[in-house]
Amino acid sequence: MTMRPQPRFPEPDTQPFWDATKEKKLIYQTCDDCPEVIFYPRAHCTKCGSLNNTWNDSKGLGTVYTFSVVMQSRHPAFKDIGPYAVAYVDLDEGFRIMTNVINVDDPVNDIKIGMRVKLAWLDQGEGEIALPMFEPA
Amino acid sequence: MSQTREVAVVGIHEYPLRVAPGVSALQIKAESASKALADAGLSWQDVDAVYDNGQNQNIGGLSISEYFGFKPRLIDVTSVGGTSYEFQAHHAATMIAAGKANVAVLTYGSTAHSNRVAIGTAGATGQGAPTPFNNMEDSWGMTGIAGYGMVKARHMHQYGTTNEQFAEISVATRYHAMRNPEAVKAMTDLEFVGVNEITVQDVVDSRMIAWPLHLLECCMVSDGGGAVVIASKDVVKNTKKKPVWIIGGGEATKYRENGGDITVSAGAQSGPVAFADAGVTPSEIDVLMAYDSFSITVMLMIEDLGFCKKGEGGDYVSSGILKFDQSGGPALNTDGGGLSSNHPGERGIFCILEATRQMRGESTSQVDNAKLAVAVGNGGQLGARHATSPIILAAD
Ligand SMILES: [Zn+2]
Repeated sequence: MTMRPQPRFPEPDTQPFWDATKEKKLIYQTCDDCPEVIFYPRAHCTKCGSLNNTWNDSKGLGTVYTFSVVMQSRHPAFKDIGPYAVAYVDLDEGFRIMTNVINVDDPVNDIKIGMRVKLAWLDQGEGEIALPMFEPA
Repeated sequence: MSQTREVAVVGIHEYPLRVAPGVSALQIKAESASKALADAGLSWQDVDAVYDNGQNQNIGGLSISEYFGFKPRLIDVTSVGGTSYEFQAHHAATMIAAGKANVAVLTYGSTAHSNRVAIGTAGATGQGAPTPFNNMEDSWGMTGIAGYGMVKARHMHQYGTTNEQFAEISVATRYHAMRNPEAVKAMTDLEFVGVNEITVQDVVDSRMIAWPLHLLECCMVSDGGGAVVIASKDVVKNTKKKPVWIIGGGEATKYRENGGDITVSAGAQSGPVAFADAGVTPSEIDVLMAYDSFSITVMLMIEDLGFCKKGEGGDYVSSGILKFDQSGGPALNTDGGGLSSNHPGERGIFCILEATRQMRGESTSQVDNAKLAVAVGNGGQLGARHATSPIILAAD
């Protein structure tokens, strides 16, 4: 089976995020100089421009903000897996991540906006990054 | 600009074919520029400003100027996806009003269909330099259409909007397409199943592409292009057709944000700016050319530009007002739109072209006595990052 598209490097903004996934850690940044939660990862604060921020561990619990079910993808990694849900999940720590909601029989009917979900890792190989996915909590 | 008649669209051309093997995007741009200048009654040598999306050349505004053979004193390469042309028209109008140039040409050309460019279903390509955006999206199989599907799903959840209501947008657009011979030829050449008027039921029964978006809510992938000539009021005295005045414009961007409302587009910011600039209100608008990449895009433009209250777009579009021969609201996408006439990837220029035809009285679905039109583009990905620019046009 063809691999999913992988994050590519050098790309210093998201490198720490992806390195942490090798240890099954979902991390995010908070600004040291204002209350902003920074996501996707960046070296600067998107609210105040501060260059000072701290990485934190997420508990991996959140809510489905919205989703779409892809019936047709031409990408070789996805074209044979059947309908799959692409979603935005709002983590309890205040950041919104693009992801897949998995481990449901019928994505169109079994996933609901507002549904509670929890982190489920999809391994991409020994010693490699893992993809953060979500499943019903 | 507020209602002052300083700058006008004086020439237009829409490349007539949607399947155009054997020609390049650059050739489509040059042919369109030539015919738009002829439409204006101006010459190649009159052009002193070049506006371009910078996508067909290696060195952006430099090599496109060389290719055309223009010697511009003003170059602007604004590239914000499908609404680049509204941004550019806004810039051209502002700079011409300031006396920095007299005759601006905006062009677009694409061979997306013939090159088999998958606009909505390909997902990540894994090409180009690594970026944080791609690194945080591509692994999950995000497709272009799914990004819009996520916005539609949230709209339905948040406001109770129904599939049948969204379908009204497709129905009205096809109604107009069937009156436009170029749109009929487009649908025929692109082998649409059923080149005919459609019903709400046809739309909701059509194949699901990315839930909750059905096939008949999605734009076509065509070849095509066009050109717009914009000129100062002094130049207008010598042009061939009635000028169509640019009286207002606005620009904004919006991104996915933590806790943000995905159902509100950048149009909520740029819409009020454009209307204030023009000194008119949405209720005065006769024709709305709103970028229809998907039904949801139009729904957000209608709401965010203030044609109805936020969240009430479903009821608004169901009241039968979108067709050119109905009153009570603006006629929508009277050329047949990206859904049923022309979408080679960046449709924004066609919104300006048809708005101009309406203000001239040249549309195939002509609104009686049309005086004001809005051309609003939406570029990028509605659910991730996008730009929205409305420009407001007035008949002479
Ligand atoms: Zn900050």
